[in-house]
Amino acid sequence: MTKFEYAPAPESGAVVDLKPSYGLFINGQFVDGTGTSFKTISPATEEVLAEVAEASAADVDAAVKAARAAYTRVWSKLSGADRGKYLFRIARILQERAREFAVLETLDNGKPIKESRDVDVPIAAAHFFYHAGWADKLDYASLGPNPRPHGVVGQIIPWNFPMLMLAWKIAPALATGNTVVLKPAETTPLTALLFAEVCQQADLPPGVVNIVTGAGVTGQAIVDHHSIDKIAFTGSTGVGKAIARAIAGTPKKATLELGGKAANIIFDDAPIDQAVEGIINGIFFNQGHVCCAGSRLLVQESIADEVDRRLKRRLQTLRVGDPLDKNTDVGAINSRAQLDRITSLVAAGEAEGAERWDTGCPLPEKGFWFRPTVFTGVSQTHRIAQEEIFGPVVSVLTFRTPSEAVAKANNTPYGLSAGIWTEKGSRILWMADQMRAGVVWANTFNKFDPTSPFGGYKESGYGREGGRHGLAAYVTTGEGA
Amino acid sequence: MSSTPVDTAVDATARARDLLGVSRLTNSALTAWLHGLPGVDQVGCEARAAALGTRSIKTDSKKWAIDLAISMIDLTTLEGADTPGKVRGLCAKALTPDASDLTAPRPAAVCVYGDMVATARATLGTDSGVNIAAVATAFPSGRASMAVKLADTREAVAAGADEIDMVIDRGAFIAGDYLRVFDEIAEVKKACGSARLKVIMETGELVTYDNVRRASWLSMLAGGDFIKTSTGKVSPAATLPVTVIMLEAVRDWLDLTGEMVGVKPAGGIKTSKDAIKFLVAVNEVAGEAWLDNHWFRFGASSLLNDLLLQRQRMTLGYYSGADYITDDAPSLY
Repeated sequence: MTKFEYAPAPESGAVVDLKPSYGLFINGQFVDGTGTSFKTISPATEEVLAEVAEASAADVDAAVKAARAAYTRVWSKLSGADRGKYLFRIARILQERAREFAVLETLDNGKPIKESRDVDVPIAAAHFFYHAGWADKLDYASLGPNPRPHGVVGQIIPWNFPMLMLAWKIAPALATGNTVVLKPAETTPLTALLFAEVCQQADLPPGVVNIVTGAGVTGQAIVDHHSIDKIAFTGSTGVGKAIARAIAGTPKKATLELGGKAANIIFDDAPIDQAVEGIINGIFFNQGHVCCAGSRLLVQESIADEVDRRLKRRLQTLRVGDPLDKNTDVGAINSRAQLDRITSLVAAGEAEGAERWDTGCPLPEKGFWFRPTVFTGVSQTHRIAQEEIFGPVVSVLTFRTPSEAVAKANNTPYGLSAGIWTEKGSRILWMADQMRAGVVWANTFNKFDPTSPFGGYKESGYGREGGRHGLAAYVTTGEGA
Repeated sequence: MSSTPVDTAVDATARARDLLGVSRLTNSALTAWLHGLPGVDQVGCEARAAALGTRSIKTDSKKWAIDLAISMIDLTTLEGADTPGKVRGLCAKALTPDASDLTAPRPAAVCVYGDMVATARATLGTDSGVNIAAVATAFPSGRASMAVKLADTREAVAAGADEIDMVIDRGAFIAGDYLRVFDEIAEVKKACGSARLKVIMETGELVTYDNVRRASWLSMLAGGDFIKTSTGKVSPAATLPVTVIMLEAVRDWLDLTGEMVGVKPAGGIKTSKDAIKFLVAVNEVAGEAWLDNHWFRFGASSLLNDLLLQRQRMTLGYYSGADYITDDAPSLY
C-alpha cells in the first residue's frame, strides 16, 4: 500500500456526443458509404464506440470529384486572405471545442487524456493558426516565383496522432489553396469525423475538405485515383514504398513521413535528471506509438549503470491505466494487432539474448496494454535495435566515443529523428551535423511546433511538414498556369 | 514525528574528506567535487516541475494530503514588528489550528526570531508536539562575523529552540569560497547541539539551478539536517523547480551515504493547491519516505488558513469563508 494513493480523477466522457454510426463527409454533407461499414472500439475497454462507413472506390471518386469542383469553382478563386479567414475560424473552433476533441481522441485512440488535452489538440489548433497566417503571404515565403496550389490532395494519416496528423495535413493544404480528400486510420476515425462537423460549423465551402473512412483498400483508391494531384502520407515505411511504386510514372507528387528508429544519445556530461525525463518522454510518450520515438537509447558506457538505475527507478512512478484518468501517464495500446506486434518483437529481443525488464505494474483486465519495458545488453544486430517496435519498449545500447555514437546512431535504414544530451554546446552542434536524421533535438525530445519543419531521411521518407519548408510541398512554382 | 533522526553528530570535515577521497579538505577539493555534479538543464527541470503540477489530487487523497500538509508547516512570523503578543497568537494558533474542528492536525513547528523563543516556549509548553524553530546566524542576510552567528545560534538553543534555521553566506558561495560556507555550516551544526539544523540557501540569490544543486550538496556534506530554499525576504522564494532539484539532491544523498536529509521550501507557498503540488513532487521525486514532517516542511504563514478552509470544505461540503477560520497573524497595514 503506497502512502500517497492518487484517487481516480477521470475526465468526464459526457462532453462527447457519440453517434451510433457515422457516414462519409463528402461535399460538405455526411453521406452513407457503399462499402462494408466497420466498428471502431475503445482500446482501453474494447467497447464499441461507433459504426463507421467504409468508402468504396466509388465513394472515393465522389469525394475527389467534390474536391475538384470545390477547387475549380471556389477555393482557387478565393484570395489568400479569405482562405486565411476560414483557417483562423477553424483554429478558434478547435480551441473552443478542445475538451470535446481531447476526450474523443482519448476514447478512440487510448492515449492518456493529459496528452490529448495538453499536446495533441492544442498543437493541432496551433497548426491551423500558424498556416492561417501564411495563406496571404505565400509570395513572400521564399518558395520560388509564383507559388500556386497543386489542386486536389489525397491525404492518408495514421492512428497514433489522429487529430494532430489531420491538422499537419489539412492546414498547409488549405492555406496554399489546395482542396483535400483525407482518410483517417481505420482504428481512429472519430476525431476526423468531428473535424468534419467543425468544417460545417466554420461554413467552409462544400468539397474543400472531404473525409473518407476505411482501411487500406480505401487508401489505395485515393492513391490510384487519376484526378489526385498530390499524395501526402504518414504511416509505415512498407505502405509508403507501395505508394511510391503506385504513383511512379504519374504526374502525382508525394510527401511521405514514414517510420523511424531514433537514437537518443546520452553523453557522460549530460544533465542526468533531465536526460532521464527525456528518455521517458522519448519512448513512453503516447505508449511509444511515435514515429520519431527515441526507441534506441545510446548511453556512454561510463554512465550506463547509473542511467539504467535512474531510469528504472523513475519508471516505477509512471502510472499505467485508464486513459481518461488525468493522472495516467501511459495509456492503452491502440489495437490488438499492434499489441501482437509489440509482443512478438519483445519475444524476439529476449530470444536474441537482450535482457528484458519491465515495471511489473498491474494492468487492466480488458483492453490492450503493455508495460513500460527496458531492454539492456542490446546489440546493433538485434531486431529490437533495427525494427520499429512502435510501443513502450526502449532498447539500450552503449557507446565509448562521440564518433562511435554517430556511427551507431546512423547505422539504421531510418533517419527521422535523434536526441543529443550533453552540457557541451560545441558537441551538440558537431553531433547535429553528423546525424542523418531530419529532426535533431538537443537536451530535449519529442518537441513539436508548427513553425519547425518535420520529416525524415532515407527510409523515413521525404518532404517536410511544418514551417516554411512544409508549405513548399503543397505548391508548384515557376512558369505556367 | 514518526521517524527517528539519523545520528549526524559525526565530524563533518572527516566525513567530507572520506566522501571526497582527499586527505585534506581544501576549497579546490570542494570545488572539484561540487562542479563535478551533473548539470541541471533549466528548460527540462522546469518542464518536469510543471508536469508534476498537473497531477489531479481529488477526494480521499486530497483530504489526506491537506492534513499531511498542515502537519508539515513551520508556522512562521519573522517581522521586525514581531511582539510577544503576536508570537503568543501564533503559538495559540499552532495549538488549535481550527477551533471549530479539533481533529485538525497541529503544524510541525512555529518559526520565530531567536529573541522570541522563550515567549513561544512559555505558550507552547513542552509536550504540545509543536516544535520551536528559531532563525539564527544574522538572519536573513547572514552578514555578520562567525562569532556573532555562533552566539546567535547558542542563545536560541539555550532559550529552548528545537530547530535552528541558519542562512549560508551567499556572498562566499557565489565568490567560490565553498570551504568558508562549509566551515560555517559545520560550526553552526556543532553549536546546535541536539537541535536539528536547517540550512537556508536563499536560492533566489543563487539564481542558477546548477548553484542550487551545488549548495544543496555542500549543505548536506557540512551536516545540515534540512536544506531549505529561502528566508522569505528575497523573491523568488520557494519555486517548484528549485524544490525538485533539492528533492533530487536528498534522494541522491541517501543513495550515496545512507542518510536522509529533510527539505523545506519556504516563502511564497500560499494555497492548498500549491502545497499539494509540492507533496506530489516529494512523492514522485524523493519518494514516499519523505512524506513525513520529520523530513519535509513548508515554511509558511498564510498557507495554514487556506489548508484549513479547504479542509472545512471537504468536511462540510461547502466553503465556510475566511471569517470561519481564525487569523492570529493579520497584516499590520
